[in-house]
Order: sequence, then structure tokens, then C-alpha cells
Amino acid sequence: MTTSNYRIHGATGEWEVVIGLEVHAQVTSNAKLFSGAATAFGAEPNSQVSLVDAAMPGMLPVPNRECIRQAVRTGMAIDAEINAWSRFDRKNYFYADLPQGYQISQLYHPIVGEGSLTIEADEKAGIPADKVIGIERIHVEQDAGKLMHDQHPSMSYVDLNRSGVALMEIVSRPDMRSPAEAGAYVRKLRAILRYVGSCDGNMEEGSMRADVNVSVRRPGEAFGTRTETKNVNSVRFVMQTIEHEARRQVDLIEDGGVVVQETRLFDPNTGTTRSMRSKEDAHDYRYFPDPDLLPLELDADFLAECRASLPELPDAKRRRYVEALGLTEYNARELTAEVETYARFEQLLAETAAKLGKSEKDAATQVANWSLSVAPGVINALGAEANPANATAAAQAEILAMQAAGEISGGQAKEIFEIVLRTGREPAEIAEAEGLKQVSDTGAIEAAIDQIIAGNADKVAEYRGGKDKLFGFFVGQTMKAMQGKANPAVVNQLLKEKLDG
Amino acid sequence: MTDLTELGVKAIRDGVASGDFTAREVAESFNANVAAAQDALNAFIVATPEKALEAADAVDAARARGDTLGKLAGVPIGMKDLFATKGVQTTAASHILEGFVPEYESTVSANLWRAGAGMLGKLNLDQFAMGSSNETSYFGNVISPWRKEGSNAGLAPGGSSGGSSAAVAARLCPAATGTDTGGSIRQPAAFTGISGIKPTYGRCSRWGIVAFASSLDQAGPMVRDVTDCAIMLEAMAGFDPKDSTSLDLPVPEWEAGLDPDLRGKKVGIPREYRMDGTDAAILKSWDDGIAWLRDAGAEIVDVSLPHTKYALPAYYIVAPAEASSNLARYDGVRYGLRELPQGANLQEMYAATRAAGFGDEVKRRIMIGTYVLSAGFYDAYYNQAQRVRTLISNDFKAAFEQCDVILAPTTPTASFPLGDKVDDPLAMYLNDVFAVPASLAGLPAMSVPAGLNADGLPLGLQIIGRAFDEQGVLNAGLAIESRAGFDARPKRWW
Repeated sequence: MTTSNYRIHGATGEWEVVIGLEVHAQVTSNAKLFSGAATAFGAEPNSQVSLVDAAMPGMLPVPNRECIRQAVRTGMAIDAEINAWSRFDRKNYFYADLPQGYQISQLYHPIVGEGSLTIEADEKAGIPADKVIGIERIHVEQDAGKLMHDQHPSMSYVDLNRSGVALMEIVSRPDMRSPAEAGAYVRKLRAILRYVGSCDGNMEEGSMRADVNVSVRRPGEAFGTRTETKNVNSVRFVMQTIEHEARRQVDLIEDGGVVVQETRLFDPNTGTTRSMRSKEDAHDYRYFPDPDLLPLELDADFLAECRASLPELPDAKRRRYVEALGLTEYNARELTAEVETYARFEQLLAETAAKLGKSEKDAATQVANWSLSVAPGVINALGAEANPANATAAAQAEILAMQAAGEISGGQAKEIFEIVLRTGREPAEIAEAEGLKQVSDTGAIEAAIDQIIAGNADKVAEYRGGKDKLFGFFVGQTMKAMQGKANPAVVNQLLKEKLDG
Repeated sequence: MTDLTELGVKAIRDGVASGDFTAREVAESFNANVAAAQDALNAFIVATPEKALEAADAVDAARARGDTLGKLAGVPIGMKDLFATKGVQTTAASHILEGFVPEYESTVSANLWRAGAGMLGKLNLDQFAMGSSNETSYFGNVISPWRKEGSNAGLAPGGSSGGSSAAVAARLCPAATGTDTGGSIRQPAAFTGISGIKPTYGRCSRWGIVAFASSLDQAGPMVRDVTDCAIMLEAMAGFDPKDSTSLDLPVPEWEAGLDPDLRGKKVGIPREYRMDGTDAAILKSWDDGIAWLRDAGAEIVDVSLPHTKYALPAYYIVAPAEASSNLARYDGVRYGLRELPQGANLQEMYAATRAAGFGDEVKRRIMIGTYVLSAGFYDAYYNQAQRVRTLISNDFKAAFEQCDVILAPTTPTASFPLGDKVDDPLAMYLNDVFAVPASLAGLPAMSVPAGLNADGLPLGLQIIGRAFDEQGVLNAGLAIESRAGFDARPKRWW
């Protein structure tokens, strides 16, 4: 494994930072982990609360099969060991957002064991080579509710909509050595979750948040004491937390202090962390197996269904784009980074190839360039005038097919797409009606060339005398005469024939 | 006309079905008994005569229409106040849930209403089902209808289902629900001369029953005889997808399967249950039971349950551990009592609410449970107790290779005067020494009346069966019942 060269430069020398992340990812499911209540974001407070979520007397949890399935599929996506036998434990503590007085979690026997993911080399970010980050475990647990402190001058309100929502806690090994690696890890994990469909990865809505464990040490020495910064909710904040926390710890140690194991909070406004509670006043959670639930036993059919339902994952897809479709590494990475991006690309590629009667491989580079640079350029330039709903795969495939057939130029393709975005009209109709077609009719082009040759006898003589550079002049004159609508390839070919012939 | 409150479940069901009397007449008779006894016995926390009449009228109307009647049509029952009843206060005999009115009906009570039963009221119990004498209720002690000969001292009806046992024994209801975590059906049944069965763990849904110790809690019937046990248990039991620990098995026809002929059956006598300090009268009743079962055709075999002496300590670790967590939800935030001293923060509100809302025994068990689960003690206590639990289960498995049911006393003594043990929790806990092993193993077990001691107080015999073999337990119970000839009843003094 290539080591990161990221270092904190302290007054007494260089320090290495060691990072582990615990990512909490909300499982995509219609119902909560142990109750039938809904999980939609942004609902009226306490409108998605069952008797179980409110911990009414005598209520019992019943595991939601879909949540379990999503956790298993996620585990399979990171090549992890799936534990066919796992168990739920109670983590006991009192807080107003925790109706049961305990969180149902999995301490002793998690559903998913050891796995890993690979972050890609990124020279600019200081990641010299691909790096495998170990994942220790994934367990499923209930989310808590939410306290609202701004509703009343002297009381806090509690919203239990989130209470009981299923979370996956994905615990990495302390394998990361720079903020960039941690950022790449979160992005990669997010991509995998979104590919699998087990979490929407929406960090703004709190569907994904990270507890960031940071320690510092002299390169090569034993791990230092770590701090844990809770509930960091964006990639940028994760990186800021690490930068700040590593710097703080180095300064502390170099000033003769000692890092204490503690829980900290990140303040997005200042980019700094502050102490929440130290190990001394840490809770004794009194974990024990939840006696309301039997051990979770997964049978072979269930596991087989989970595996069969997995989509092509980011690494495999990227490799296929390069190897089977002939795309560049860069294009392959860009196209596979997000589910929406590859989904749009693959649909457009299929439609374009079908229209062209070509293989996907033969159409792939054109479609990739269109998807990554041409189309986004047009959309961005139009801004609010563009109606994204008009950018259907069918319309774009039609434009690409016309371009590939030489009927329109690259510039015309952009112009047509612009009109499509504004109006939703048919690309072929636009090309026709707006005169956005290039002329490949050799007769018309030949006539124009003949006229230019006749009117520029001196230049023709010079060209034929060896002044090759004048070829560009004739191209320009022909295009001008054709009002820019001539197919450049045809113009080139005919000019060559007539001048050289 | 006969006094309808002299009738049990079967007689009422059959009488209503055949039109000998109406369900309304039955309900009115029992309502009257409930009202007349309340001041003296304090068996009910809330009486619901209108509910009993409403259910009775529905049964009478159904019969008039010629509809098929349910298994308990026309039978009014008492409901232990641990079962959530929609629209009717449900307290677990605690201050912290005083005034709590659920929006939902427990699965077991819903099953009973569906079978045609009606509710006479919510029965008193030990607070959160923690106790063996019904002296921990926030709503006052239940007084046993039994008295020692020549004494007017109040006696314990047993616990935690003390309201249930007292009410059935005093003919306030023909049947009552109980729950049994470590003997809470069997011990009060034994103390009051009635029958009660704790089925196999998982037979009755726990959904809607205020939880004490989830891995042990089981509901069951408390009635006058073995046949009524079979009838009522059929109505209570059944798979419930809302309880993950519920057994997904069909409910057997226990009533139809009743058969006191034990020829070909083997009855195990566990030698470890002959403990020091067991009352001579209890030992005598045990010998009687052995003779009766032999007379019924059973072969008597000596069996060993070597880890019996560890059962009670293990139980008093596991049950409080689970309780300490189960009772965390009573925090003053969402329902029930909230004590909010001037200027109190959240932590102070919790402390004040729970200090005021829980009784001493509940607090004691929460503290024991919290202690045994805490870091540094978990392995030594909780894990060790779980291992003991496995050993106890294995003891029973081995014993059931040699016998079909096990016969033992239900309790080490007959009922004792109220106040006798209230300051000595360990002496109180010892009441359940014979009951707890079957609870830890999740096995069906019942208590049937065996006779009276020299003071004229009832004694019970316990039958423990294999998992799922309630039928074997009931049949052995019926064999004892038919030979014991137990017809004693408390003299009415209230």
C-alpha cells in the first residue's frame, strides 16, 4: 500500500494523521426498522410515529425484512463477510429523543463483518495510487428522534418522526491518512450505497452522516489517542474536521499537553471542533441482547436473492467502460461517479447506438463526450431558460445520430439542443425548419468550389506551385459561400480532388 | 335459580349456549359480587360493569340470531391490569401509569373479547408484576379471601397475579387472566385454591402486555379447574406477527384433548425439589400427588434437575436486568406521570418522575438490573446467569428423556399473613423457588389445588411439561383434580 505523504508540520517536526470513520447511513425503506411507520423526510413533526416508535407500554419491535435485506446487499457490495446469524442488542441511555430508553443496535454480533472499498488514485489530491480502506463491520440500528429547542421559551419539543428509522453504521478501519483520503472514502461509500440503492446518500437531509475518529502520531509510531467528532454531515466538513482536529492535537502535544479520548462536535460556521463530553463522563450503555427479538438468521435463499439483486458496482462499471466501451479512464470515472450520470449515459448510449445501427462500443466515445462536456455546457449556458425535462434520451440520441451521419455539424448540434431545451421541439424538425443542416450535397458544394477556383486563379496557381497552406483559404471561402452549412469533410474531399486533380 | 357466580367457565359457556340463562344474567351476578367485595378484598383497580354487560348483550343478541358463539361466549372475566385495554385505564398497579388510557388493545385481551368474553374490570397486581404477595401495588394490597382457621388476619393472595387469584377464589369472576414471569400465575393459584397454567413461552402474544422481563413473561388463565384452563387458554393463545417471540404454531384443541387416563405416561419426581425448609404439609401433598398420578396409571420415576439451586439466583439477575431496560420508557416525557420540580432540567425531571412513580420493589429491581448489566459486572452476572439458564434448560431436556411430565410442589409454603415478608425481599423471593426453573426454561407449567394444610389453607401441586405439551400438563392436572376432590372454598367474610 502506498503511504500518503500528507503531514502536519509541527514546531517539533512532522506528524501523521490517522483517521477512521463511522458512517451512519439511513436505509432506504418505506417503513422503519421495527415498526410500520413511514420514513419520508420533511413530514409534519410526529406525523410518522407508530405506537412502537413512541414506546407505548407493551409495544414490541418486529424486524423489517427490507431493512435487513438492504444491509446485507450493502455488505455484499463491499465484499464483506455476511453473518447468517446476528443479534440485536439494547444500548441503554436516557434522553428525551429516545422513547424506549434504549436504542436497538448490534454490538456483539453485527449482520455484516469484515469488508473493504478502494479509493482511486488522485495525484492532485495527494493520493498517489489506488488504496484499499478496510471496513470492520456494518450493523443496523434505530435512529433517535429530534429535539427542537426553538419552539418555546422554556421547553424543548420532541419530534419522533425519525425515531426507529433504520440506520446502517458502517465502521471503517483506521486506514486513512489524509483529509483527501477520508473525503474520497466518503464519496466512494456514498456512490456504492447509491448504486446498491440501500441509502440515498443525501447528507443535507441527514441520510448520511459521519463520526470522525482522528489521532496523530509521528510517522511510523504507534497510534495516538483519538477523539471522535460526531454527526459531521458533508464531505467538506469531514475534511475540515480532520484538518482542524489534527492541527489542534499536534499543537496540544507540542505544547506539552495530552490528547484526551473524548467526543467532540464540529461547528460548520467556524470549521472548528469543541469538546462535548470526555471519556470520564461517558455513558455506561449496559448493552445486552434484546429479549424482545430472536436472533436474526438468514437462509441461503434470502442471501442468494440479495446477491442476485446487486447491480453492477462502480469499480466494475468503470473497468467495463474502459475495457469494453473504449472510454478514457477520465471519462469512465466521471461517468460512473454518480448513479444519475451513468444511468443517463447508458440510456443515451443504448438509444444512440440503436439509431445508428452501430455497436455501443462504436458510439460510446461520441456519447461520452456529449454527456460529459457538450450537453452540460449547453445546459449551463442556458441556465434557467432550459427545461431539463426536454432533454430526453430520445431527443439527444437523434441529435447525435444526425451529427454522426454528417447531417449536422457539431455547432449545429449544440444549437439544436439549445432549442430542444427551450421548447421541447423535435430535433429533426428544428434542423429542417431553422436551416440547421449542413450540406453534403456534392453538386451544390462542387458548384461553389468551381466558382471559387474560377475567381481565384492566382491563388490556385500558387497552391499548385507548392503553397499547401492555401488549402485552408479555399476551405474557408467554400464554407463562407455555403453559409457555413457545408459538411466540412465533403468540402475537404471535393477541394482536394479539384485542386490536386 | 342457582347462583350463577357458583359456575365456572365451561358451565357458563354451555348454559348460555343452551339458553339455561342469559349472558346478561351472568354478567349482572358477577358485577354484583365484584362491587360487594371491593372494599374488603381490593381485587380490582377499576371495575367495568358496563363492559361486562355490553359484551353479554352482544352474546345474547348473537345467540338470538342463531350465530355461532365463541369459545368464551357469555363468560365475564377479570383482566389483570398489566394488559393494555383500549379506552380503559391500564396501570400495571403503578403510580407512574396512573390515569394512562391506552389507544390499543393487547392481543390476548382482544382474542378473549373476540371469543365472546366480557370484562368485569382491571385486576390489582403487584406493581409491574414484581412481587409474590400483592403488597407492592400502588393501589393497595389485595386481601386473600382465605383466612386461617380461627384468625381474622389478612393473608397474601400471592403475586403478582394476586387480584386475579383472589377474585376467582372469591367468586368475583369465573376466570381471570394472569401473567407469569417467575411464578406469578402458579404461586397465587396455589395460595388461593384455584388452577392456573403458564403455557410454553411464545404461546400467548406479549403484544400489549406491560413488559416486566421479556424473555420470561407469559400470559395464562387463572380459573377454578383444569377444564376451564384448557378452554380459556385456547381463546388466549395464538401466533401474533406483532410479537417476534410468538410461536407460529396452530393452537391445539386442548379442551377436546383432555384425558385423565395416564396409563403409559411417566411422571418425573425431581429429587432436588426436596429442599430444606419446605413445609411438611407441602411434602405431604406432594406424596398425595404422586399417589394420585400412580392411581391414574402413570409410572413414577425419579429424575434429577441438578442445577435447580442456581435457578432462583439466575432468575433474580435475568429478570431485573430485562426489567431495568424495559421500564426505562417510563420517563415522564410522553405519557404517564411527570414530576417537574421548579426549574428542573431533563435529568432532574427523570429523577423526580421515577422516584415518585415507582414503588420500592420496582426501584430495587431496576437497581439490581442496572448493576448486573453495568460495565465490569456484565460477564460475572448477566452472562453467567444466561449460562445457568442454558444449564437449567438442559436439565429439563435430560429429565424429559425419562418422563413425560414432572410433578413438584408449586410453593414451599401455604399463604402467609400480609406484612410477614414485606421487609425481607429474599424471603419473599424464595416463594418462587419451585416456579422459577420452568420459567427460565420457557416450559408449560400449571398449579392445581391439592388440599388444605392444618390451618385450612390451600396447597397447590405443580405440573411441568415439555415445550408445547400443554396437553400433557393439563391431562396430569385433570388426573390430580379428579382424585384430590378439592372442593374447599373461602368462607365469605366480606
